[in-house]
Amino acid sequence: MRDVAVIGVGMSEWGEVWEKSHRRLWTEAALAAVDDAGVDRVDALYVGCMSGGLFVGQEHLGAMLSDQLGMGPVPGTRVESACASGGVAFRQAVMAVASGAHDIVLASGVEKMTDVDGAAATYALSTAADQEYECFQGVTFPGLYAMMARVHMHRHGTTRRQLAQVAVKNHANGALNDKAQYPMKVTVEQVLESPGVADPLRVLDCSPITDGAAAVIVVPLADAKKLSKNPAVKVLASAQASDTLALHDRADLCWLASTAKAAEGAYRMAGIGPGDVSFAEVHDCFTIAEIMVMEALGLVEKGQGGQATEAGWTALDGKIPVNPSGGLKAKGHPVGATGIAQVVESVLQLRGSCGARQVRNARRALTQNMGGTGASSVVHIFERA
Amino acid sequence: MEVGIVGYGACVPRHRIKLEEIAKVWGADAPSYKRGLLLREKSVPTPDQDTITLSVEAARHALKRAGVDPKGIGAIYIGSESHPYAVKPSGTTVAEALGATPEIHCADMEFACKAGSEAMFVALSLVKAGQMDWALGIGADTSQGAPGDALEYSASAGAAAYIMGREKLVAVCEHTNSFMTDTPDFWRREYQFYPRHAGRFTGEPAYFKHVLGCATNLLQRTGTKPSDYRWCVFHQPNGKFPQRAAKELGFTKEQYEQGLLCPILGNTYSGSSPMGLSAILDVAKPGDRIFMVSYGSGSGSDGFVWRVTDRILEVQGLAPHTRWQLEHDPRYVDYGTYAKFRGKIRKLSE
Repeated sequence: MRDVAVIGVGMSEWGEVWEKSHRRLWTEAALAAVDDAGVDRVDALYVGCMSGGLFVGQEHLGAMLSDQLGMGPVPGTRVESACASGGVAFRQAVMAVASGAHDIVLASGVEKMTDVDGAAATYALSTAADQEYECFQGVTFPGLYAMMARVHMHRHGTTRRQLAQVAVKNHANGALNDKAQYPMKVTVEQVLESPGVADPLRVLDCSPITDGAAAVIVVPLADAKKLSKNPAVKVLASAQASDTLALHDRADLCWLASTAKAAEGAYRMAGIGPGDVSFAEVHDCFTIAEIMVMEALGLVEKGQGGQATEAGWTALDGKIPVNPSGGLKAKGHPVGATGIAQVVESVLQLRGSCGARQVRNARRALTQNMGGTGASSVVHIFERA
Repeated sequence: MEVGIVGYGACVPRHRIKLEEIAKVWGADAPSYKRGLLLREKSVPTPDQDTITLSVEAARHALKRAGVDPKGIGAIYIGSESHPYAVKPSGTTVAEALGATPEIHCADMEFACKAGSEAMFVALSLVKAGQMDWALGIGADTSQGAPGDALEYSASAGAAAYIMGREKLVAVCEHTNSFMTDTPDFWRREYQFYPRHAGRFTGEPAYFKHVLGCATNLLQRTGTKPSDYRWCVFHQPNGKFPQRAAKELGFTKEQYEQGLLCPILGNTYSGSSPMGLSAILDVAKPGDRIFMVSYGSGSGSDGFVWRVTDRILEVQGLAPHTRWQLEHDPRYVDYGTYAKFRGKIRKLSE
């Protein structure tokens, strides 16, 4: 297998982007990545998209986006793994380059979520849960994560305030990110007083609905210098794992086994441990998710995610910065694009080009992207080449 | 030649329902709705009140202030999205009740919440063209929001009427302009009882784009700035939108507060900004300038710059003030009564 590097990154505008279509957002991000890398072609493209069908009535995205990029003959493949679609699409691109099947591959993600109303968006997202055993009973994702939060609070003593501090920290980081959908600072009190969604989660515990796209260019590490002026960022590890689709089938309702399994594989592949990572971009679809993910990644002890957040460990200047981009919470969560945007942030941080939100001495980055309540997880580790 | 308002009047139904009463029925979080929409209560029409009766009441107040013979009114335009008949004008009944028939032109108008300002614009334009001496423009609605929908917290009832002319003006129209695109953010198709809306799409690309677009053009074309005005009034679908629009344009609370009726009146749709204007005229002083921008889904805005004349002081006391009607001895109803009043309960005989 060949070593693989990322040489170009790009993002579209993120937010409630009423004036731009699904394909336009994707094309903006793809062209930005191509321009950033300085390449004049791609040999294949992968696009992560959770539900083009339900959100905009468009499927067959691989072919459509190859066409849209003006590279009609190249193979285009759409990848779906719910909210982990982007991360899994990136993994497919890494595999394609590592295996020698392709040399210059565009890994991308897109979701256009605001063309439908809130009820339709909630329905589309709920298709990531178990329809027969969860959705038919009326539960939605805020409800599922609220149950996980309740168990975490009961078992580990995590407090309502600690959950709020995840949002406070991520909005503080997002305020430094010009791509963030909600770049405003919030206080613990504002989180606690925001409208209730599913007890104990409130509006400011939840990531938003977002239109957006992101793309990166993946090449063999050996060709990186020849192809691009950008400093190459090496993909040290790529790992993926699955868990039960339905929450109730899990032995421990507040332990993300798929994330733990994927992390274990990624650390082994990279030959490092959690302590060797400079920062992490993780899937904070709800505040409780970030706490559970940190534990599953081994960044903190099991049950200590809330306390670590409260102690400031995960802040931009903390012991292990988590979500310097603002995370899903502040930057936005166009589901199919989220996993790719985590790679974009990691590359920019490792290049040292993040300005006010730059993590000091960033050497290694970890990204974790997951689908549903953690039925799928994908973890990548990057290093400055 | 100056044209403008000769007489004005408003009508507010006496019944009210509090936001908490609606939220209680639907299990909604009342404090967050109150904070989010800046609404406290809304007016409720009784079964005997509809767009026609509210229009008659408001127009009678306008006639008192105008002091003109109803027979001299050359046109009546009623803007509403709740005309009682799908086919048969509201205006004929209203004109008859006012004693303004038979030599009068009539049309009912519809442009979601902008129909009232449209009626005012057309009435004003016909007078300006010299087609007639006086013309009556009315905005009135008994608006509907589907049970449990966000609109149910705001959809209310009320009317405002304006007699436009060239003499005896209480406010001169210094400028008017419109701003419109095909933006379907809210609609009701034929045979549907309740309107539908596109959620958050009703905000940025709909209300704000058109209100701010119309207002910016109006300021540019008149070469004025917000501080040149004593008062401003905007369409009020909730308490939040008009305040944000006012602040973004550079208006202050002192300028928009008097015309901001929505927090206790609700959204009277076609009556909204015209009723806000009537509340301003009730207290305005000669020489005051008023900046007004309406909004109707679909979508468009009409903008007006009014300059109040000395005659305002003579007419303010001739009919009930809008805020007095709003604040004087309201009757609060529970959700059951409200549902009956609003025809949300289907009886066997229907």
